[in-house]
Amino acid sequence: MVSALGIQLGVVGAYLVVALAVGLLAYRLTSRDAEDYYLAGRSIGTVVLLFTTFATLLSAFTFFGGPDLAYRAGPEWILVMGVMDGVLFAILWYVVGYKQWLVGRAHGYVTLGEMLGDRFGSTRLRAVVAGISLFWLFPYVMLQQMGAGEAIVGLTNGMVPYWAGAAGITVFMIAYVVIAGLRGVAWTDTLQGLFMLGVVWLAVGWVATAAGGPTALSNALATNNPEFLSLGGGVYSPQFIISSAVTIAFGVAMFPQINQRFFVAKSSAVLKRSFALWPVLVVLLFVPAFILGTWAAGLGISVPEGANVLPVLLNEYTPVWFAALVIAGAMAAMMSSSDSMLLSGSSYFTRDLYRPFVNPDASEAREAWLARIGVALFATLTFVASLFRPGTLVSVGDTAFGGFAQMALPVIVALYWARTTRTGMFAGVLGSQAFYLAHVFVPAIEVGSMTLFGATYLTWDYALWGMALSAVLTVGVSAMTAAAPEENQSRFTDGLRAD
Amino acid sequence: MTRVRIDYRWVAVFAILVTFAVPWFLWGDSRVFAGLPLWLWWHIGWMGLTAVVFHLFARTAWDRGIVGEGR
Repeated sequence: MVSALGIQLGVVGAYLVVALAVGLLAYRLTSRDAEDYYLAGRSIGTVVLLFTTFATLLSAFTFFGGPDLAYRAGPEWILVMGVMDGVLFAILWYVVGYKQWLVGRAHGYVTLGEMLGDRFGSTRLRAVVAGISLFWLFPYVMLQQMGAGEAIVGLTNGMVPYWAGAAGITVFMIAYVVIAGLRGVAWTDTLQGLFMLGVVWLAVGWVATAAGGPTALSNALATNNPEFLSLGGGVYSPQFIISSAVTIAFGVAMFPQINQRFFVAKSSAVLKRSFALWPVLVVLLFVPAFILGTWAAGLGISVPEGANVLPVLLNEYTPVWFAALVIAGAMAAMMSSSDSMLLSGSSYFTRDLYRPFVNPDASEAREAWLARIGVALFATLTFVASLFRPGTLVSVGDTAFGGFAQMALPVIVALYWARTTRTGMFAGVLGSQAFYLAHVFVPAIEVGSMTLFGATYLTWDYALWGMALSAVLTVGVSAMTAAAPEENQSRFTDGLRAD
Repeated sequence: MTRVRIDYRWVAVFAILVTFAVPWFLWGDSRVFAGLPLWLWWHIGWMGLTAVVFHLFARTAWDRGIVGEGR
């Protein structure tokens, strides 16, 4: 008789190894799209683009952070993520994504920094954008490691410690990059995405059946947590819902691995096709994932310190192997999306920082080698940081999204308003980052009746105020300053052709 | 410079889609239908509607506000 722990570790380990092997195999057997992508070709096909972007939804933020929040505070998180990803992000997909695709195709850009640097005639702006992006990528990669650690604690009921789960996913992340080389393993993203979508629904069906059906579950909620059924209440104020949805949506659009994909589509057909699919995919994925967390609260599941609710719930209501399979699938999906984050991050590093400032004549081989070391180092540092557990999954993710979101409005202003100036961009980008960073790191101070550096001003999240500041600074300073001679003011507006 | 036409009807449509993805008028409502809160059913239905409208936009009005008229 194999112990539960043996089954759990066996399933998780085997799944991760198989996922890694399938990734490598799929890469060898399919076309060279991924390599073209790394080599800055503009040839990502329809399916690959759609699914790699979809795969970014499959992170620890979704699988573990979301259900945890729904367990502690109620299912309204479904609404936040729905508005955010299904509606707002879809609109940004058009407003930012399609526009960037057109501009990128006309001028051959591959990174956000490159695009802005060329438009404003400033290598420094390019470096600033790349640097800020890498800075906020750090907590988001860390979030994946935290999620893995907490999932393993929940699955094995604390038999395997947190650090071991976090270390495990770090090793796999680095292995992916070193063995596969720096190539987007988009196909594993796709396979794992579909696998997880299927498994989450199976989990919902299984738990619902085992616990007596959805009506029995909602009755249990009505008894144990009646406030979870009514819309709003607790942390869910209208301000919280709006602030979270807005900052995450704008943040996602500035995420390196998402933003970079705006440039690499072969045709606009894929942007068009996937635009309408966003709301559907989002409902299919988020409703079951977060409802599981909510049900766990009604069922009176108790979650051990430092664990995720999802594995605990599944252990209780489904067989050991199934719970382990879901967790393994989630971890593998997280691993491959972290891989694309690290891939894009490394291209920001080599193209926007290393080449322009350190070694413009570096060979391709040297660049690839450097990028690998960079990724390994980055993942190791985020692992170390993840051991300190600076917050909950949702709070760490929110902070990272908020940081990216500060760049979104200056970028949108630059994309659509030809009178934006370089000085305006620096003011908007740096000013809002300074404001945001101060609020993340400086403790709150009481000044008279006002709290400075607190979580909110007039009940609205500081991230939202930072975004407003970024827009006001970009527009205001641009209006007051003249364009520098090196700027290419018509770069984003003239000569754009549809397909 | 190429003039780009902004279609305010679509802007308004998008604004409505964003606004009512959260059923604000059901705030505090705890009615349950088929095991899920009523407000969640609204959200699911609204997202379906959003997908249909987005599809129409992509088919009929794509390029609006981005690519100029005289292309």
